[in-house]
Amino acid sequence: MDKKLKPINQMSVKDRIKSYTRHPGSFVLLLLVGIAAVITVITLLFLVGYILVNGLPYLKPSLFAWEYNSDNVSMMPAIVNTILMVFLALLFSVPFGIGAAIYLVEYAKKGNKLVGVVRLTAETLTGIPSIIYGLFGMLFFVIALGWSYSMLAGAMTLAIMVLPTVMRTTEEALLCVPLSYREGSFGLGAGKLRTIFKIVLPAAMPGILSGVILSIGRIVGETAALIYTAGTMTGMAGVMDSGRTLAIHMYVLSNEGLHKNEANATAVILLFIVLIINAVSSLLAKKLEASKA
Amino acid sequence: MENINRSTAKEKLMELVFLITAVVSILAVALICIFLFANGIPAMKEIGFLEFLTGTVWRPGNDKFGIFPMILGSIYVTGGALIIGVPVGILTSVFMARFCPAKWYKVLKPIVNLLAGIPSIVYGFFGVVVLVPFIREHFDSRGESILCAAILLGIMILPTIIGASEPAIRAVDQSYYEGALALGATHERSVFTVLLPAAKSGIFAAVVLGVGRALGETMAVVMVVGNQPRVTHNMLEGIRTLTTNIVMEMGYATDLHREALIATGVVLFVFILIINFCFSMIKRSGKE
Repeated sequence: MDKKLKPINQMSVKDRIKSYTRHPGSFVLLLLVGIAAVITVITLLFLVGYILVNGLPYLKPSLFAWEYNSDNVSMMPAIVNTILMVFLALLFSVPFGIGAAIYLVEYAKKGNKLVGVVRLTAETLTGIPSIIYGLFGMLFFVIALGWSYSMLAGAMTLAIMVLPTVMRTTEEALLCVPLSYREGSFGLGAGKLRTIFKIVLPAAMPGILSGVILSIGRIVGETAALIYTAGTMTGMAGVMDSGRTLAIHMYVLSNEGLHKNEANATAVILLFIVLIINAVSSLLAKKLEASKA
Repeated sequence: MENINRSTAKEKLMELVFLITAVVSILAVALICIFLFANGIPAMKEIGFLEFLTGTVWRPGNDKFGIFPMILGSIYVTGGALIIGVPVGILTSVFMARFCPAKWYKVLKPIVNLLAGIPSIVYGFFGVVVLVPFIREHFDSRGESILCAAILLGIMILPTIIGASEPAIRAVDQSYYEGALALGATHERSVFTVLLPAAKSGIFAAVVLGVGRALGETMAVVMVVGNQPRVTHNMLEGIRTLTTNIVMEMGYATDLHREALIATGVVLFVFILIINFCFSMIKRSGKE
């Protein structure tokens, strides 16, 4: 009985080598697949590494001065503008996105024609490139509504852009909430509205939040949709003023060619934001998984 | 009794509110279509529909508005991005779905998510400081070129393709794979000759999604593609795409020039709508 049990469905390294010498084609495929994965990983590591190594040394305290001027291209006003932009865009996209998802999941009856149309338009919105949003925002908010280049015009443009993201993630989160929750609530005498707000939405919260966070990521990184809606003014902007967000700040700096290093430092900040956003959203996804189990 | 009436009224009212929020996305698409077409079509008519689409000279100062070079540019750059991004993307998703141990997957997945989250302006900057000098030094080129934009876009569409095709490969019924193994095929052979064909509509949809992303990308491309509005078939020369045409000149354009730029947006928009349509058709056919 000293012999260990050996599973017959597991191949040792030797077996594997033998199998691959007999099937060289399989080995080539294995190599190709491995190489592709390595390329993907190395590309990301190189990109992130390059930006960090070249940008971190230029991340000086003076870049966070409250005032922007041509001697010190501070990114602080742009950071403040970015926060305002995120807040304004979410103010519109979150209630409408969640409301639409609630209608689709909780109210629409099976075979409702409207549901198909809403899904189709949401899918269309997802596929539209940001430059088209920028054009539309300029034609509609800036010119037709007469808001001129302003944070509000930019924020409304972005709100439409991220609307399908909020809507789809909320919809998925609502669908994950077991039917028994709703039945239990109805059984206790709660109305539909009360059931939605007290039972279904809290249970779906992690999923909804992860959608909101994804949207924040898109808003922070957006440039093309903002150049001709929010403009590129350098100062801290009010709601109706033109102002540049961090991403536009970086674009203008790298375009002028005089401030490559400061642009690189801005890229570091943008990368940090993306890293944080990704970490938080995967944390929320885990929480959703755990609550489902 | 009063109370019940009031609560049903509230229920009805809120249902209406939710209905209105649901209609917003329809309204948004309608508004986008109306404003783009209403501002772009008249310019196309004034320039001449064919003249606009097939003209090879873009010289706004002389009232010459032909966007054929930009259409060609968008096609070349997108095609190049596909040549680079599609094989790497699909093979990586095969690796993630069928080859890598669970431990590695926990690292790979966040990496792909991170690639997807990096703003295009950061990609563009990377292109300017790394790719452009590299191409300038190693090829007979000024650096800003179709090749450079294609490589950069190839990287940028990787997460799009991986994110959509990996679940498609995973979704194939396990019994297909086991059946192939039982017939004596190796692991690789089972994956490539049985699983991949079964997942083909999902993978194809992923590629179409990548096309949409590459075609619509603006800020990363404008920084590395050179932006010369000319017809060239040399991958080492610069060209201009539909997206970059808009973003380069919108700032100072007036009158017909401005409308021609909006019309460029309309052409791009129509391309994207066609791609979207293909995407949902493929997805639907996959479900059946």
